[in-house]
Amino acid sequence: MRIVQELLFIIAFGTAVYLFSTKVRQIRRNILLGRDEDLNDHPDLRWKNVLLLAFGQKKMFRNPLVAVLHFFVYAGFIIINLEILEIILDGIVGTHRLFVPVLGGLYPILISAFEVLAVLVTLGCAIFLVRRNILKIRRFMSRDLNGWPRSDANYILITEIVLMLLFLTMNTADQQMQLRGSEHYIATGNFLVSGSLASIFNNTPDGTLIAIERTCWWLHILGILAFLNYLPYSKHLHIILAFPNAYYARLEPMGEMENMPAVQREVQLMLQPELAANEPAPEGMPKFGAKDVFDLSWKNLLDAYSCTECGRCSAACPANITGKALSPRKIMMDTRDRAETVGRNINENGEFRDDGKTLLRDHITEEELRACTTCNACVQECPVSISPLDIIVQLRRHLVMEESSAPAEWTGMFSNIENNMAPWKFSMDDRDKWAEEMNQ
Amino acid sequence: MQIKTMATYAANGETPEILFWVGCAGSFDQRAQKITKAFATILEKTGVQFAILGKEESCTGDPARRAGNEFIFQMMAQNNIQLLNMYGVKKIVTACPHCFNILKNEYPALGGNYEVIHHTTFLQSLIDEGKIKMKEGGVFKGKKITYHDSCYLGRGNNIYEAPRKVLETLDAELVEMKRCRSKGLCCGAGGAQMFKEEEKGTTRINFERGQEAVDTGASVIAANCPFCMTMLTDGVKETGKEDTVKVLDIAELIAMNME
Repeated sequence: MRIVQELLFIIAFGTAVYLFSTKVRQIRRNILLGRDEDLNDHPDLRWKNVLLLAFGQKKMFRNPLVAVLHFFVYAGFIIINLEILEIILDGIVGTHRLFVPVLGGLYPILISAFEVLAVLVTLGCAIFLVRRNILKIRRFMSRDLNGWPRSDANYILITEIVLMLLFLTMNTADQQMQLRGSEHYIATGNFLVSGSLASIFNNTPDGTLIAIERTCWWLHILGILAFLNYLPYSKHLHIILAFPNAYYARLEPMGEMENMPAVQREVQLMLQPELAANEPAPEGMPKFGAKDVFDLSWKNLLDAYSCTECGRCSAACPANITGKALSPRKIMMDTRDRAETVGRNINENGEFRDDGKTLLRDHITEEELRACTTCNACVQECPVSISPLDIIVQLRRHLVMEESSAPAEWTGMFSNIENNMAPWKFSMDDRDKWAEEMNQ
Repeated sequence: MQIKTMATYAANGETPEILFWVGCAGSFDQRAQKITKAFATILEKTGVQFAILGKEESCTGDPARRAGNEFIFQMMAQNNIQLLNMYGVKKIVTACPHCFNILKNEYPALGGNYEVIHHTTFLQSLIDEGKIKMKEGGVFKGKKITYHDSCYLGRGNNIYEAPRKVLETLDAELVEMKRCRSKGLCCGAGGAQMFKEEEKGTTRINFERGQEAVDTGASVIAANCPFCMTMLTDGVKETGKEDTVKVLDIAELIAMNME
């Protein structure tokens, strides 16, 4: 019987790891569909960002109450997962609480700490469920989340609560069995939370109690393996990608827009034709801006997979606040959706086969792009270092430079700048009129 | 008062301490011209040796670049850089945060390397050096002033304190809007929005911001950007409070309060 259980466990564990790593490889491939960009300069500053923004969740603390709750869930979830190492080893070797003899007196202290965290995680997730479903907070009510994204968020919170409750119930049954001196349940010492709850099982027969303990043990670890495989399909992937995304975050001042060396060169040759003699022939037609995920940088796609759809960006976006179609969160969700569609296309066909769709228009409309004031509020607010603005300006560049698509007023502004060196139709001669007035 | 151009200085074989980059709004927009004049007056009174480019100045290319037209941006930027480098310009002061941002952060990649200072930071250093003497009593003493962070000075370049320190010298009561500093709400003009109608929505961004500023009870809204100036002035007008609430640039406030 024991060997059957061990075998079943090894099969479940192996399958989960295999499926997860396959999907992770696909996501990595999808991210690398983006154009190359070197983001390895200043490793010291980048590690600092990982520490402050990812580990320290610095930006979350712009709203301290939510930040503390989120920190409980995050810290709890990560730290309690240390316990999973023991569970997995027990599962493979067929032991029970393998680490007790190794850790001795430290063991009950550690488990007690995990239990306290488990209670805090449960509490945090419960409050988050209330915030999402009862308090009607604007960023959670937004139409961005209609359908699957809203359910996704609730599934995650409910799963975390269930996993924590299974963990606590398992320990409570275990503590009661220890009190009865059952041979198989090795004496660990008292656990802080489950130890004080153990008495609720006083009248439960041994057989039932063992069944409860074993069921919780199995459901807990199978739940975790299932959750692991849910991550790559969910917004919850941020628990992993927040870390690399902080490392690769832009280090320049937020106000700085990325240069386009191809255009710089072309204009340079136009203004100084004498340079053209030494110019190597360009390779193919350069593309300006982005129309689809392939034209974006890999960092933009990493951003998209890191987004947890919290909506802090859209809640701060002046366009979104005033009812425009633009929602920076939707820009990120659209980008990920498109990358996933392209990824599935590649899975099915071996390579990308044109599906007649693009990120621009099939997902993101011109109306959304036009509403952006480039104010950087979305970039400022994002706790996981995403820049929706970077995607918006690249799509704008495509619209204007590849399709000459701009509102009439902008077309007028462009020609004013070109002809009068100012965005308005004023004569260049009048530029210093104010000074002449003062000089009189 | 005699405002000289770089060309005049160059003709005499001299280089001024700073170049005052006026910008398109400061040059052509009637309201923004007053800001330009106020700042020029402060420079004159404090004895700062400065020049303008005059008719030789061109748009930095900011609205074109942000709208997506990199070609026009590159044309403007490369011509400007050629001109600035020809005059050997080292230090630029500008009263427009859009010009400030693009000159400071985006021109270096194209070979334009200058020390670029926004006029609020420059005013703060003049005050710190004791060059600006305020009137006894002060025009704004006891009045409520609220400060609007422009996006390109605030979030874009992390300058939040200098403008506030300048305002503190006015002896007024500084009140903050709920959305201030890094949480400041845009006026609605950035990203080339200044040059087109807003998209369809429930309200205009400058109405939203104007209302928020008026709600502080301040009688002066201090701005640091000619585009914010236009937007906020319209926003205040929409609330019907334009007679009691004035939108003024920090340079204007200092000029009014100087001896």
